Amino acid sequence: MPATTPSVERQLPSEEAAALLDLTRELVRQELTPKAATYEAESRVPREVFRTLGKAGLLGLPYPEQYGGGGQPFEVYLQVVEELATVWASVAEGVSVHTLACFPLATFGSEQQRERWLPDMIGGELLGAYCLSEPQSGSDAAAMTTKAVRDGDDYVVNGTKAWITHGGEADFYALMCRTSDDGSRGISCLLTPGDTPGLSAGEPEKKMGFKGSTTAQMHFDDARIPADRLMGEEGQGFRIALAALDGGRLGIAACAVGVAQGALDAALAYAKEREQFGRPILEFQGLSFMVADMATQIEAARALYLEAARRRDRGQSFGKQAAMAKLFCSDMAMRVTTDAVQVLGGYGYVEDYPVERFMREAKALQIVEGTNQIQRLVIGRHLAQGT
Amino acid sequence: MNIVVCVKQVPDTWSEKRLNDEDNTLDRAATDPVMNEMDEYAVEEALRIKEMHGGEVTVLCMGPDAATETVRKSLSMGVDKAIHVLDEGLHGSDALATSLVLSAALGTLADSGGFDLVVLGSESSDARMSVVPAMLAERLGLPQLTFAKEVSIDAADGGGGTVTIKRLTDDGYQVIEASLPAVVSVVEKINEPRYPSFKGIMAAKKKPVDTKSLADLGVESADVGLGGAWSAVESFETAPPRQAGTIVTDEGDGASKLAEFLASKKFI
Ligand SMILES: Cc1cc2nc3c(=O)[nH]c(=O)nc-3n(C[C@H](O)[C@H](O)[C@H](O)COP(=O)(O)OP(=O)(O)OC[C@H]3O[C@@H](n4cnc5c(N)ncnc54)[C@H](O)[C@@H]3O)c2cc1C
Repeated sequence: MPATTPSVERQLPSEEAAALLDLTRELVRQELTPKAATYEAESRVPREVFRTLGKAGLLGLPYPEQYGGGGQPFEVYLQVVEELATVWASVAEGVSVHTLACFPLATFGSEQQRERWLPDMIGGELLGAYCLSEPQSGSDAAAMTTKAVRDGDDYVVNGTKAWITHGGEADFYALMCRTSDDGSRGISCLLTPGDTPGLSAGEPEKKMGFKGSTTAQMHFDDARIPADRLMGEEGQGFRIALAALDGGRLGIAACAVGVAQGALDAALAYAKEREQFGRPILEFQGLSFMVADMATQIEAARALYLEAARRRDRGQSFGKQAAMAKLFCSDMAMRVTTDAVQVLGGYGYVEDYPVERFMREAKALQIVEGTNQIQRLVIGRHLAQGT
Repeated sequence: MNIVVCVKQVPDTWSEKRLNDEDNTLDRAATDPVMNEMDEYAVEEALRIKEMHGGEVTVLCMGPDAATETVRKSLSMGVDKAIHVLDEGLHGSDALATSLVLSAALGTLADSGGFDLVVLGSESSDARMSVVPAMLAERLGLPQLTFAKEVSIDAADGGGGTVTIKRLTDDGYQVIEASLPAVVSVVEKINEPRYPSFKGIMAAKKKPVDTKSLADLGVESADVGLGGAWSAVESFETAPPRQAGTIVTDEGDGASKLAEFLASKKFI
C-alpha cells in the first residue's frame, strides 16, 4: 500500500514522540484500515489488533518506563489515540478504556501492588475494563449498590455493573463497589481478575455503533476478591473513579477529534472528485464553506484537548479543562460527522463509505464517561467554586 | 549463534518506477524507499532463531545514504548491530558485484567471531533475480539452502551444528540439510514479520552501525558499480498506457465473437 502523508501536522514535544506517531500511522494503515469496516459490520471484536498494538507498546503509553510503560506525556498518548480513531473508534476507545482501567493501580496502588501487577497490565498482552456504571445508577454514579463485604482475607462482591466496555473479554476490571452505606464516601476500588469465580458477563448490548467493541453487564455473584487487591484505602473509591475519569475524558475527546478528522478527510476527498453541474462539488461555495467550518472546528477541538493534556503533564489541575474538552470535542464530532454525511449526499448514508459509521460513533462519545450534560454540570461546579 | 541478515532498500513496490535518463539506472530519488519486503521475513526469521538459540543478529546492508532507514528499521525490529556498506562507487552494481561486496563484508567479521548463518530474502522486489543468495554462498564456499519456508537449527555446543530447511518448490517442498555455517534464503510463507515496537525504535538509536567503504573491504572499484557491471541497459521506453478493452455484447453470437477476438490476438 502506498505511504500516505498524514493529514494532520502535529506539534510533538520530542523526536521519540514523532517516531511513535509514525509507528502508529503504520499500524493504522496496515492493521486497522483493512479490517475496520468489515469488523464493525459483522460486530466482530478485534482482540488480535489489541495484541499487535500491545506488542508495539501502545497499551501503556502514559505509564512509567520503570513498570514497562512508554513514559510518554499525556499530550503524546492522546494523539496516538486520535490517530487510531481516524479509522476505527472501537480500537481507539478500547485503548483509552484500557489505559483508564490501569489508572487506579498506577496512581493509587502501593509500591508493592504496582510492582506485582502493573508490568503485566501495561505490557501489551492483557486488556482492562472499568466498572463504574450500574443499570440504575449512570450519571448519579455514587448511587451504586454493588456491595463488597469483607470476609477474612477477601471481599465478597454481589451486584451488577452495566455498560462495561470489554465486559467478558477483559483480563482485569477496575471495580467500584460499595463497602459502606456512607454515600460517595462508602465506595472502594478493587482490581478484579477476569477469571474470578462468581464473575460473569451478560449478553453483549446491541448498539447503534461501536459494534467492534463489546459492551456488557458484569454480574458479581459471591465473587471473592482478595483484600490485597484494594486500591488506595476503603472509602477512597469514588475519588479514584473521578480522578481516573479526568484522564479518561481526555481519551474520549481525542477519540472524538480522530473520528471527526476521519470524516473530514473522507468528505474532502469525495468533494474533490464528485462532479455535479459540470464541476467538482467542492467548488460550490455552499459546500466549501461547510467543509471549512468542519476543519476549523476540528482544529479548535484539538487545541482544547491538547491544552488540557499539557496542563496535566505540567502537574496543574485539569479536571475542568478535561470536562470542557470532552464536551466540546464530542459535540463537535457529532456536528462534523453529520455534515460529512451531508457532503456525500446519498452516498454518505450507505455503508460503502465510512462516514455514516463515523456519525454513529460520534453519538456514543456524547454519552460515555459522563454525558455532556454531566460535563456541563462539572464545569459549572468548577466555575461556582472558582477552581 | 551469530546470524547475519542481508537487507536491501528498494523503491516502494506500489510506486511508479522510472529510469534515469543519464545512465539508464533506476531513479531512486523519484520513489519512496522502503525495506525490501522479503528481507523483513529474513530479519524476523533471524530474530526467532536468536530467541531460541541465543547469540547475536547483525544486519548487513549495501546501499546509498538513504538506506540508513532500512538499517534503522532492522535495528528497531530487534537486530543487535549493523554494517552499512556505503560508497559512491557502488552505484549501478549488478548482482555479481553485490555478492562480491557482501562476501567481502562478511569476511571482515572473521576477527569478531565470524558467523554461523547468513539469512537473505529470496528476492528483491525491484530486480527480482533471486540470484544473490546463491552467488554469495558460492563466493563464501558455503552450502546454500534457498527458498526456505521453514528453517530449523540444531546447534552444536561450542559452534557448528546443522541447519535444515523446507525448500519451497512448484509442487511441494524438499527437505535440505547442511552443516553450519551456511547461507539460507527465505520466502514469505516462512513467518509473519513483527512491527518494530516503540521501545525498539528508541533502542535502535543507540545500537552500533559500522559504515564501511569499498576500500575498507578491500574491493576494487573497477569490479563494482556501473563500470564493473556485466550487462548494461542500452536504452529504455516507458510502457505504453493500457488500451481500453474490447467489450463483447452477447446477441446470441457471443461465443463466436470471443473466439474471433482470441484468434485475432493469436491466443488460439
Ligand atoms: C458504548 C458505551 C460504553 C460504555 N462504557 C462504559 C464503561 O466501560 N464503564 C462504565 O462504567 N460505564 C460505561 N458506559 C456507561 C456510561 O458512562 C453511561 O451510559 C452514562 O454515564 C450515562 O448513564 P445512563 O446511561 O444511566 O444515563 P442517565 O444517567 O439515566 O441519563 C439519562 C439522561 O439524563 C441526563 N441527566 C442525568 N442526570 C442529569 C442532571 N443532573 N442534569 C441534567 N441532565 C441529567 C443525562 O445527561 C442523559 O441525557 C458506557 C456507555 C456506552 C453507551
